[in-house]
Amino acid sequence: MSSVSLQSVSKSYGGHPAVSDFTLEIAQGEFLVLLGPSGCGKTTTLRMIAGFVEPTSGRILFGNRDVTDLPPYRRNTGLVFQGYALFPHLSVTENVAFGLHMRKLDRADIERRTQEALRMVQLEALAERMPRQLSGGQQQRVALARALVIEPEILLLDEPLSNLDAKLREEVRVEIRQLQRRLGLTTVMVTHDQEEALSVADRLAVMSNGAIQQIGTQRELYNAPANQFVAGFIGRTNFFAGVMTGPRRFRTESGLDVAVATSAAPERLLAIRPERVRLGNANGAANSFVGTIEFVSYLGANTEYVVRLASGDAVMVEVHNDRAESTEPFAVGSQIQVAWDPDACQLIT
Amino acid sequence: MLLPIFFVCWLSFFKNEILSFPPEGYTLRWFKALWLQPQFAGGFVTSLEVALLAMLGGLAVGIPASLALVRSQLPLRETLNTLLLSPLVVPGIVIGTSLYFFLIDVEIATDWPLTGSMAGLVFGHVLITIPWTVRLIAANLVGVDRAIEEAAMNLGADRWRTLLKVTLPVIRPGVVAAALFSFVVSFGNLELSLFLVSPGDTTLPIAILQYLEWKIDPTIAAVSLIQIAIIAAAMILTNRFVRLSQVV
Repeated sequence: MSSVSLQSVSKSYGGHPAVSDFTLEIAQGEFLVLLGPSGCGKTTTLRMIAGFVEPTSGRILFGNRDVTDLPPYRRNTGLVFQGYALFPHLSVTENVAFGLHMRKLDRADIERRTQEALRMVQLEALAERMPRQLSGGQQQRVALARALVIEPEILLLDEPLSNLDAKLREEVRVEIRQLQRRLGLTTVMVTHDQEEALSVADRLAVMSNGAIQQIGTQRELYNAPANQFVAGFIGRTNFFAGVMTGPRRFRTESGLDVAVATSAAPERLLAIRPERVRLGNANGAANSFVGTIEFVSYLGANTEYVVRLASGDAVMVEVHNDRAESTEPFAVGSQIQVAWDPDACQLIT
Repeated sequence: MLLPIFFVCWLSFFKNEILSFPPEGYTLRWFKALWLQPQFAGGFVTSLEVALLAMLGGLAVGIPASLALVRSQLPLRETLNTLLLSPLVVPGIVIGTSLYFFLIDVEIATDWPLTGSMAGLVFGHVLITIPWTVRLIAANLVGVDRAIEEAAMNLGADRWRTLLKVTLPVIRPGVVAAALFSFVVSFGNLELSLFLVSPGDTTLPIAILQYLEWKIDPTIAAVSLIQIAIIAAAMILTNRFVRLSQVV
């Protein structure tokens, strides 16, 4: 296992940039997720690490080894494809052993390591099956075993869970995470699913339009988003455009005067997470406004509300249901106070 | 379509020597007579040899050509495709005539005895199998997920080993179908062979034609029945590998 270093990597197709000036250090044993909407350049970045796409400029290093000009078959990465890409004409065992055969190991070694890999993903019983005889989840595990058996320097996962159904997806993502921790694998995963990304990553790089918007841990991205894109992409949030009017005062374009916790000067956007907004008893809070409940949706653990303030702003509110209320305490159309603390306010340029 | 074939099959069992209807009775003697006619036995062997060689030649061109068409980013792919399929568009007689003149020119220039040779005949037949091998193999290749080849490369296989260990095994149904279909196209060909065979060493369809020129009896129906049976068997076999209706 080694660290990965991407140094000002760019890729453009016929003058149109797909990835621009991408710089990222991934530590040995780290699980990094590239997160972004489709077309943001995350898959192109992964394919550049694997060697299928040649960067237009920049360098890629595995540890101290410059791999920028190496073809995929000399890079020693283990890639799990979105559709698994198992060899349809080979059995499970032969699929897993393929990379070992390519490395010309001796027969006994190949057999031992293939068996180990199959045991690791609990597929020994299906060793002689053909890929088409396996379920999606089983195929996914074969793909994982096939990528890991070659002891790659870096494990690459290209939307590895997108073809599984929701329940299986959660199981497999826990399995992958545990395996990654246990083996200390340097891992890069690409996904557009933020929940999936948040649940497995050590660090995330949020991408949009071919560029990194922010790199950080889940908490950093959620609590201190660098820009509007990150704030809107990681979780949900209420945005208010406006200006700072004085020390720790922000005035929205709709006319709300909001007390905020920080005073950095040229901020033009205020973001407030729905779960930081309280409903009902305002209790002398620094920020409290009157509104009308417009929409209620009960989701079991939480209830989501949309409240229309007198200023015209719609505010999303998420309330954790810590008691089993048999009836909805806040009916649609009723007048209500909404309140939030100054430190719930995130200021974004 | 099927009616003439049905009649040919039926006729081959008629007892009367001069074809008349209804038949006086049924017999197998026309099939027996076949073995005593050297031009049919010889023609059959020649056709078989030519068809097998043309099949190999067709694959030798068709496999690399399909890979180039489907997998490469050659700038002239469309042109190449049109060129490879062109023997389908030009009538066989025209190909035969021009090939004949071409072989004569080459023979004059090089002193190689090409006209009326096996080599010339096989060369011509390879030409007419190429559109079919290219279409069948390319159609198969288009359906192969590129990620499978990328997976092989990711696991350490260079381009050559990816081709041998993954691409070719995966498109094997298309290759087998192309081989069988080439065989059929060559085995049944008449108009091209007419210009390329040497006297006394003809293919089966030409032997049939020559026989018909001076005699019409159920022998001809019997030999046709055998030819139809071989071609039908090859087609049915081909269809098991690739749905022919999708490419023909």
